[in-house]
Amino acid sequence: MKMKISLPGLDLDNPIIPASGTFGFGYEFSKYYDINILGSFMTKGTTLEERFGNQTPRIAETAAGMLNAVGLQNPGVEKVITEEFPKLKRVYNKKVIANVSGNTIEDYVKLSDILSKEPIVGALEINISCPNVKHGGMAFGTSAELASEITRKVKKVSKKPIYIKLSPNVTNIVEIAKACESAGADGLTMINTLVGMRIDLKNAKPVLANKIGGLSGPAIKPVALRMIYQVYKAVNIPIIGMGGVMNAYDVIEMMYAGASAVAVGSANLVDPMACKNIIDDLPKVMSELNINNLNEIIGRAHE
Amino acid sequence: MKLEIKKHVPIAKDVYEMVLDCNVHMKPGQFINIKINDSHIPFLRRPISVANIEGGELTIIYKVFGEGTKELSQRKVGEELDCLLSLGNGFDISIKEDSILLVGGGCGVPPLFYLAKELSKKGKKITSVLGFSSKEDVFLEKRLGEYGDVFVTTDDGSYGIKGNVMDIIKDLDFDYYMTCGPEAMLLALKSNYPKNGQLSFEERMGCGFGACMGCSCETLTGYKRICVEGPVIKVEELI
Repeated sequence: MKMKISLPGLDLDNPIIPASGTFGFGYEFSKYYDINILGSFMTKGTTLEERFGNQTPRIAETAAGMLNAVGLQNPGVEKVITEEFPKLKRVYNKKVIANVSGNTIEDYVKLSDILSKEPIVGALEINISCPNVKHGGMAFGTSAELASEITRKVKKVSKKPIYIKLSPNVTNIVEIAKACESAGADGLTMINTLVGMRIDLKNAKPVLANKIGGLSGPAIKPVALRMIYQVYKAVNIPIIGMGGVMNAYDVIEMMYAGASAVAVGSANLVDPMACKNIIDDLPKVMSELNINNLNEIIGRAHE
Repeated sequence: MKLEIKKHVPIAKDVYEMVLDCNVHMKPGQFINIKINDSHIPFLRRPISVANIEGGELTIIYKVFGEGTKELSQRKVGEELDCLLSLGNGFDISIKEDSILLVGGGCGVPPLFYLAKELSKKGKKITSVLGFSSKEDVFLEKRLGEYGDVFVTTDDGSYGIKGNVMDIIKDLDFDYYMTCGPEAMLLALKSNYPKNGQLSFEERMGCGFGACMGCSCETLTGYKRICVEGPVIKVEELI
């Protein structure tokens, strides 16, 4: 049974990749299992300077999902390289996909230049879709022109392949995906969270201090599948699919829609063993569905 | 880890005591994170502090606040619960002071029982002050009484002394305090007693084990995740 997937910058033993922001810098999870069993993983969204993020509450539960408004809390790129990566290297010997976040186009360019030089980084995930920051973030991912400009400028400086993380909070995701492809993106990751809100019935105020946050979890899986399906049809670069993946069946469903690999997000927060369980279950589910080679099922829903 | 429910009984209004079969060492002030059922609703776990550990059994005491804890309250003896154990830093009980004041507010009271037990093993003199809304909400008063004096206040005066915990504490002598309860109570303690205290905070959590950064707060000694570097924070570190 073949689970290996080859993508620009990444030779994956299996298609399972913990999603950015749900896996820290990895080492927190190594007390639960050997994280070298993963295909790869996407590091916590990193910015040039340290960020504390938003005030709490940053988390609100929803039906079959959750809202988060963390706001890219991270120690800044310098500490990521001098403190977080060394801690990670003690427990992990594969490549990571480094998540790059910023307020301005210049931030993305500088960060991509710095992070792509790191040997542990196999590829960059350019996060132009974070709904929880006031400047930049999602603003870049909801305009085809800006998405294209960032892609072009980042591609010019990056020593590693770049994947653009797309926002689902748009009218026409295909247009933005195509703009990224024409500007030189090596791949796409999708989808980031959907903007949402919850209101506390006792005080009639939004639960989140930031008022709005990003919805993730099984509740958004149908939206993710639809968008991956549409984008797969329109572009020729690989898609790393994500959005509400909880088990090995969801992984196959994402790949049928057109994902070449699959990121697992909020499932990691509910169960720290989620990715290990999915990887362990995958061969069983493949044989149940008569699948011998995962490479052959990418986009099967289009046949 | 799947833990079997050995006992599950109501002990006050909307408050339940649940005993789980579990041989584990945890510190007072640490918590467990419970998956309520196998479905996606409720989606997240419920973090609940440990009220006691003794003889291969772990006790939690929790209040029904929303859908998750309501469903938890319906789980039966003999069923199993998926729990993550030994989360958070817990209280530091290696302090040198001898006379310790424990202050609990409402559903912040449970961890104080285990804390009192462990402090008393170290020969500390313990005084507890517990604040509740009303008579029907009061719990753990007797059991805490095994370890020292207990004062109870209620907001409406239907039991104990009418008022809040601060009205009692001002007349007490103590060298050090440890507390868990609503934020307003913790902040009142902090502003009146800015030294020699440890406060256990509550925050909405995503994961409960340090991955999501959902429960971070700023302190004088840097950013802390309530679920890993907390929930217990020394009063000297608070901004």
